[in-house]
Amino acid sequence: MFEGLWQALERIVSLDAALREATWRTLQVSGTATLFSLSLGVPTGVWLALSRFRGRTFVVALINTGMGLPPVVVGLFVMIFLWRSGPFGGLQLLYTPTAMIIAQTLIASPIIAGLSLAAVQSLPARLKLQVQALGATRLQSVWLLAREARLPLLAAIMAGFGAVISEVGASLMVGGNLRGSTRVLTTATVLEASKGNFASAIALSLMLLGLAYAINLILTRLQQHGRA
Amino acid sequence: MPDANVVNFHPSAPTEGETSADTGSRRSSDGSSPRPALEVRDLTVSRGGAFDLRIECLSVARGETLAVLGLNGAGKSTLLETLALLVKPDTGEVRILGEVAGRGKSRHHLRRRLGLALQDPYLLRGRVLDNVALPLRLRGLAPSEARARAGAWLERFGISHLAGRPAREISGGEARRTSLARALVTEPDLLLLDEPFSALDPPTHDTLLRDFQKVLGPGTAVVLVTHDRSEVLNLAQQVAVLHAGRLLQRGPAQEVFRRPANEVVASIVGLESILTGPVVASEGGICRVQVAPDVMIEAAAEAEPGALLTLCIHPEEVTIDRSRPPARSTARNVFPAFIRSITPYGRGCRVELECPFPLVALVTRRSVEDLALHAGERVTASFKASAIHVFPARATVS
Repeated sequence: MFEGLWQALERIVSLDAALREATWRTLQVSGTATLFSLSLGVPTGVWLALSRFRGRTFVVALINTGMGLPPVVVGLFVMIFLWRSGPFGGLQLLYTPTAMIIAQTLIASPIIAGLSLAAVQSLPARLKLQVQALGATRLQSVWLLAREARLPLLAAIMAGFGAVISEVGASLMVGGNLRGSTRVLTTATVLEASKGNFASAIALSLMLLGLAYAINLILTRLQQHGRA
Repeated sequence: MPDANVVNFHPSAPTEGETSADTGSRRSSDGSSPRPALEVRDLTVSRGGAFDLRIECLSVARGETLAVLGLNGAGKSTLLETLALLVKPDTGEVRILGEVAGRGKSRHHLRRRLGLALQDPYLLRGRVLDNVALPLRLRGLAPSEARARAGAWLERFGISHLAGRPAREISGGEARRTSLARALVTEPDLLLLDEPFSALDPPTHDTLLRDFQKVLGPGTAVVLVTHDRSEVLNLAQQVAVLHAGRLLQRGPAQEVFRRPANEVVASIVGLESILTGPVVASEGGICRVQVAPDVMIEAAAEAEPGALLTLCIHPEEVTIDRSRPPARSTARNVFPAFIRSITPYGRGCRVELECPFPLVALVTRRSVEDLALHAGERVTASFKASAIHVFPARATVS
């Protein structure tokens, strides 16, 4: 075991090509998916928090259910849709990083939307009225209230990023774990472990943990800086 | 020379240096008769089934200040939010400067002619200057122009030194000033205030009230929700008394305070000593009313013997005296009294007395000290027949 750990550290220090490739792909896919989820989830959550319409509870319940979507289920449905004979088969996206980004966006968006909804709902009700009374349009209100709920919103983004960087089921199903194209840290770890290459698997896992920590450190610094 | 042995208190009198809010509205004197700044007709608002608010008619002229008084849960905040076009009424209409508040864009457009300051200032993240400039920025003004105008308002409220401070780090009184400056920076036609001066220490409260009066534009109509009678008498020309979502009385401030329409209004405007009894004799505009088996009160009123009257004794006109009988008193009603409690009340003190009936007096703090009044002591309480407001018992709405 110690030998495996030592070899893993050697690979990390020497930044071997496969490790570098998987790390870069992970950052690219999960980073892009988080950005898309952010731009979909935050406005949806804030808008839902400010809106009253028939069927709102139904939509909120749907989003709350989405927060616990199993990645393999998302992977399966994205796969069906992108399959050659599926409705979007013509786009030829299956087994590409784009397919992985789509799947991960579907996983993270409900998480970010649900937590954004809770973040804005936790603001005082009369603050929302005060913002409107200042003359804000609906869009301006969404922006101002999102700014006020910055701390919990950043927590929502961290949760969304955490969900996609750590998932393996969907990425494996729609990405195929193709070397040099769709192999990310999680899928590579599964592959290496199944082949008995524990040193590589440990190196990939440690890299994944380090990456997750680095990104969350940046977001946490942003969050704590905005406490005043 | 004031008699040091006799004390009474008039909260209605503005203190030295205060501006003349009691002398009528700030309406421009160009002789024109413009549309009211605010009109409300046949308004009903319900939340959760029951009607929270049902107001047939209410208007505020330009330059006029209307104070809305009411107990907790009377519907004051719902009314203010409806007037601010933040709550849609079930029926009826709200007109701002003659324009009916409709839906969507027109509602938003009209909302931009209003200013709103709530009891909690709700300052947003950022600097004090940015908070005050925000309404102008939301209206599309260039940042430099918005900041310059916001700076001028900070100057008027005496807080320009706070411009660069984070808004969340300033004191409660400073936050109230910032909130008022933010509400006024767009120079709104109608200003809506929900207890913006409450929960401040007395010196901060008085200074802010004075500064606010100074900066208020001549044409700005104001609707002020408050519990504080001194604020009403200092700021408002008109008073509306709200109870259980209904408007019980509306009229000039002094008139409503002197002559409340019924018992509920009387208690809301601070007349706590309310007694009911039959008239046993009436002569020369003075009625003798029996309020307890052996207790008669003489009140200035015309009524037939046998009529049942409700008497409201103005607390600021009750005099407390140490001598028995009171020195140089012309009061018709003189009773031995026992001081139950003395509590601070605005700039004065509220003295709860037990005569043969419960009686409340408002006196100055100086007087309490000069006369060395303490709870548990025996004194003499007196009040004139004209210090009593009378209406038939069980009167309802005026």
